[in-house]
Amino acid sequence: MTPPVLDFVPLWTIILGFGVFFYVLLDGFDLGVGMLYGFAPDLPSRNLVMNSVAPVWDGNETWLVLGGVGLLAAFPLAFVIILPAVYFPILIMLLALIFRGVAFEFRYRDAEHRTFWDHAFCYGSAIATFAQGIVLGAFIQGFHTEGREFAGSSFDCFTPFSMFTGMALTFGYGLLGAGWLVLKTQGELQDWARQLGRGCLVGVLIAIAVVSLWTPLMQPSIAQRWFSWPNVVFLSPVPIITAMLALWEWHSLRGRSEVAPFAGAIGLFVMSYIGIAISLWPMIVPYQFTLWEAASSASTQAFLLVGTLFLLPIILMYTGWSYWVFRGKVRGDIGYH
Amino acid sequence: MNLDPLLLSRLQFVWVIAWHILLPAFTVGLASYICVLEGLHFATGREIYFRLSTFWIKIFAVSFGMGVVSGIVMPFQFGTNWSRFSDATANVLSPLLAYEGLTAFFLESAFLGVLLFGRKLVPRWAHFVAALMVAFGTLFSSFWILATNSWMQTPAGYDIADGRFFPGDWLQIIFSPSFPYRLAHTVVAFYITTGFVVAGVAAYYLRRRRFVDEARTMLSMTLWLLTVLVPVQIFLGDQHGLNTLEYQPAKLAAIEAHWNTQNRVELNLFAIPDEAAETNHYVLSVPVLGSLILTHDPNGAVRGLKDWPRADRPPVAIPFFAFRAMVGIGLLMLALIAASWWLRARRRLFDTTWFLWSCMLASPLGFLAVLAGWATTEVGRQPWTVYGLLRTADSVSPSLTGFDVVLSLIGFAVVYLIMFPVGVALMARLARSGPVEPAVEPDAVEAGRPQRPVQALPSSEERISS
Repeated sequence: MTPPVLDFVPLWTIILGFGVFFYVLLDGFDLGVGMLYGFAPDLPSRNLVMNSVAPVWDGNETWLVLGGVGLLAAFPLAFVIILPAVYFPILIMLLALIFRGVAFEFRYRDAEHRTFWDHAFCYGSAIATFAQGIVLGAFIQGFHTEGREFAGSSFDCFTPFSMFTGMALTFGYGLLGAGWLVLKTQGELQDWARQLGRGCLVGVLIAIAVVSLWTPLMQPSIAQRWFSWPNVVFLSPVPIITAMLALWEWHSLRGRSEVAPFAGAIGLFVMSYIGIAISLWPMIVPYQFTLWEAASSASTQAFLLVGTLFLLPIILMYTGWSYWVFRGKVRGDIGYH
Repeated sequence: MNLDPLLLSRLQFVWVIAWHILLPAFTVGLASYICVLEGLHFATGREIYFRLSTFWIKIFAVSFGMGVVSGIVMPFQFGTNWSRFSDATANVLSPLLAYEGLTAFFLESAFLGVLLFGRKLVPRWAHFVAALMVAFGTLFSSFWILATNSWMQTPAGYDIADGRFFPGDWLQIIFSPSFPYRLAHTVVAFYITTGFVVAGVAAYYLRRRRFVDEARTMLSMTLWLLTVLVPVQIFLGDQHGLNTLEYQPAKLAAIEAHWNTQNRVELNLFAIPDEAAETNHYVLSVPVLGSLILTHDPNGAVRGLKDWPRADRPPVAIPFFAFRAMVGIGLLMLALIAASWWLRARRRLFDTTWFLWSCMLASPLGFLAVLAGWATTEVGRQPWTVYGLLRTADSVSPSLTGFDVVLSLIGFAVVYLIMFPVGVALMARLARSGPVEPAVEPDAVEAGRPQRPVQALPSSEERISS
């Protein structure tokens, strides 16, 4: 291994951070829509709710693959420690994603078992979300490692904290899903989405508050990061902006704006994401390995970077185009009907 | 009971990939077929291509959805169950997997939505472009995943430091010695698999005298394609075999159940390999033919398994029988194609009952051949994950217990045993109901805001409940 001439780690941190966040947003609203689907009042509204994400769901899940493989490529040590450590949440997430993914086609084609596939879509979305929340919680808590390996048990990741983050993410994705539905539907269905959105927002705000207190209590280094002087001043915009966003979100869910609830939900996710990043920086395997220690070889990062910088803008362009094609309110004659 | 996480992880990988591989085996070919139909419709304006395309897109949607969700499982397997493999190979292999995502998955998924639901929203050429992009996506995906697999089979362009692989030459890594052969052999296999499915569906309609025009178009197109591809595939398989002889001689020895290194070796048509006694029982063989086929020289030398220590030999029975199943299926396919030439010349292609029956029965053959070929090459790679360099036993995640993997294996077993039979049944139902779309092509409208909200469409609810 030659010492790296150029340090690609910051750039890869940005790309991967962006990729993971994009996944969280896109599959977040998609899984959230899946969960809210369970509460939809009747068959026509269920059809509309599902059709609002039918053309885009598999594109959204593609970001999950990119996040996983991107982690393997840019920070392989993190991948090989974290993945075995969250063996069961990943398993549960995958199985749940299978159910909710095939439910799109199966529910439509297999009408005599529609109730079963309704449940598969709704519970599959909820369980996948909860499992992702467990992964997040386990990540924040850190892993027991020896050398370059995870040395704990596959059950270590199930803790009260990770259960709580599982619930937190469930509310969070629910809020994103409600925001998406406000954007894509109208009339009574939109009112219904606003109402559910308000419920989710309450859950999200409680979760943000509890996690913000729980993590510094759990990890002295995080407490140090946030509450030491002068960090407490420099970082104060994070909670302040979050609080303002929360207020704005509440008002927009009660008001008539169709875009604001989704934008506000995204804003809350951005702030939470930044908050976690600030807490853990510069660790990619929390409290064990930094981004630089976990990075792949410079040649690996460079080789992938060339293509990524070229392809990612193109991907964003045509992904954007496919959203553009299906813009506007969801139509009953497009999609499964 | 002593549960071995290594063995169970291997079983789990076999389980999730064997089911998954059936979907690309079908969707790679079908995406290209749909693209051709869309292109023909766009170019000729003939409505039959539109009906056929719409029909196959429905089936494609079901299989593609299943392919997506069973495919997401795969990269996570590398981390959860094979973390030591990932740690050792990440610097070399991960960009190939990442490029698969960047070049293929996004292309497929973004344009799939337009292909499935966008016909009324985009102009006709854009719908064709969507079909083209989805087809390209499936081929790019094949390119990268087979590059990855080929590097594991015939590693090249790497350096080793601290027990891990590091990239030396990226071109050598991507175009490792077995890659061109594997890529060609696999993609052609996927096209053939799809071809036999389409031919089987067409034969089914012809037998029932339904959708006769559509069925004739499908059968004729497909048999022309197979006329080219089946012989090409046999040639490619032979070339791939020569490559294996050169780079993975132990695998080839297992495939042929050769124990001793010899010139003028026989070809074992049938045998029961006995790994403990290092010999074969109940042998039916043809003298010299082995050397002739494997080296293209009657005096060619072929190495036997006894050249390698026992710990470095692959299992023999699975590659031996799986290879014979694959070749046997290939010859069956060739026979069927030859029959189609004869019938076509006599203008009896569409009304010869035994031939139509044969086409129907042959429709799953491609899948069986893909599974058999995959088993041959992957089991033949054992006991290595990276051939000759990293053992399978040293690749598994160290933290896993047998109990962990039993639980996950049960989970995958149950879910796949629900998903796959239902999916296959639904595709069969779609196939039975046939291309019954309204004969009028909906106007392609310029993308724009819908004129009316959904709720105002009274017919939508009726159609839902029908």
